[in-house]
Amino acid sequence: MKNLEEEIISKNRVRNASSEPLIVINNLKKGFKNQSVLRDVSLKLFDGENLVVLGKSGTGKSVLIKCIVRLLVPESGTIEVFGRNMETLNRQELDEVRKKIGFLFQSGALYDSMTVKQNLEFPLRRIRKKMTDKEVNEKIGEVLENVGLLHALNKMPSQLSGGMRKRISLARTIIVDPLIMLYDEPTTGLDPATSDEISSLINDVQKKYKTSSIIITHDIQCARTTADRIIMLHEGEVFSEGKPEDFEKSTDPLIKSFFK
Amino acid sequence: MKVSDPIKKVKSFATDQSIKITENTYARVYKTNSFLSVLGNMSLFVARIIRETFSVHFEFKEFLRQCFQIGYKSLPLIAITGAIMGIVLTIQSRPALVEFGAVTLLPGMVAVSLIREIGPVVTALICAGKIGSGMGAELGSMKVSEQIDAMEVSATNPFKFLVVTRVLAATLMLPILVLFADAFGLVGSWAGVNIKGNVNLVLFVSQAFGSLDFIDFFPALIKSVVFGTVIGIVGCYKGYTAGRGTESVGIAANSAVVISSLMVIVVDMIAVQITDMML
Repeated sequence: MKNLEEEIISKNRVRNASSEPLIVINNLKKGFKNQSVLRDVSLKLFDGENLVVLGKSGTGKSVLIKCIVRLLVPESGTIEVFGRNMETLNRQELDEVRKKIGFLFQSGALYDSMTVKQNLEFPLRRIRKKMTDKEVNEKIGEVLENVGLLHALNKMPSQLSGGMRKRISLARTIIVDPLIMLYDEPTTGLDPATSDEISSLINDVQKKYKTSSIIITHDIQCARTTADRIIMLHEGEVFSEGKPEDFEKSTDPLIKSFFK
Repeated sequence: MKVSDPIKKVKSFATDQSIKITENTYARVYKTNSFLSVLGNMSLFVARIIRETFSVHFEFKEFLRQCFQIGYKSLPLIAITGAIMGIVLTIQSRPALVEFGAVTLLPGMVAVSLIREIGPVVTALICAGKIGSGMGAELGSMKVSEQIDAMEVSATNPFKFLVVTRVLAATLMLPILVLFADAFGLVGSWAGVNIKGNVNLVLFVSQAFGSLDFIDFFPALIKSVVFGTVIGIVGCYKGYTAGRGTESVGIAANSAVVISSLMVIVVDMIAVQITDMML
């Protein structure tokens, strides 16, 4: 039987040629208790693009990407990643798909009890089990250099600033060479200068690691810097979809409230 | 999975049967349902621990780290407490034994009390406070700061990495800590005996161990294993199932200590009954 990981990679190569979507979401619904968060969301992520999902707080943006990696289970609708229906996968198959997806959490989610080096080693040693110590150290050095924090190797997360934590978290995500990146509010809580740095870093990651990304944000500057395509969510539904320039020109009051 | 609201069910039943039900009754129904839910969830949690323990890819490195955290780092506290227990127990018991002219029985009496009951229970209560609260707070804060989710998406089983290792480490380390507490308790007792008397160490040891039998050690050891498991399970359950707000971390830590301490006492009572039946 063909290895699932090989299957994903080969499917992805096929897609590169035919430009089929990597993620397809159809009629997604998700709520909590009596509150409906996502009412009917459908979207596609194509190979090599940065898709920004914009929307006010509470419109279900974070819920959407957590459903993609099955941290949350949708009430109805389908999610296909690399052509595989996420609902039907068993634990092992789900892990194989997750190995190809990088998830940058809003809070960074660095492991408090581990140093920066141990944080980076954690996913690498589990996903790339055959790597030698030398290769692991080289890979850690490479990703830390890419995020400009080589000097933070032996620091604890508590010794890092908000921006540094985001960068290390990004390094931990890209260290396993994911095909898809999911960014959950990457610039929230950062000053404008650091936000710009993180936005540029997202573009650098896309170019260097050839990733396709979904970026959840309400930071319009981040959206302008990173977006190839934008989807706006409003009250749990897709309100508008298009190129960044279409949004800039829009006369719709809701869109204008973002793109002032 | 669809979860039905118990209040709605009771209300519809009452309407169908034309029964008047007060708000107080609804509150009771809700409370009972919550209690049963917690009990059910905890049973599933324990079943998952057993299942994951015997599945492949055991996190041995993390298990050793937890043994170090739980065992080695609790040792100073356990040693000091054990020694003080021994001294206090000896000083308190001496006048009563002097009155009956049985002061020579003092080392044996203290040894039996320490090894059978006081050593395991006091060590378990201290560990419930130190380890239980630590597990509740650490796992609770990992949940709040999305660290558990981060493990999940990086294709690691967080339950196996965080919960199974902690529960097994607590199960293994508690009996060892109890043995240390007993040993330091006996040293304390020897010091206590020598405050008002003059007994050399060899004589003290021969008197203390002369009163002890295998049946004094074995049930205490088994009891300590169960204490460790209970503290590990309760601490991990409270932390792992904590809510999303920062307030939940405090609640998880607090309830882990309260429930595991209570469980230690309950388990002790059951263990004493079983041992009594066997003797």
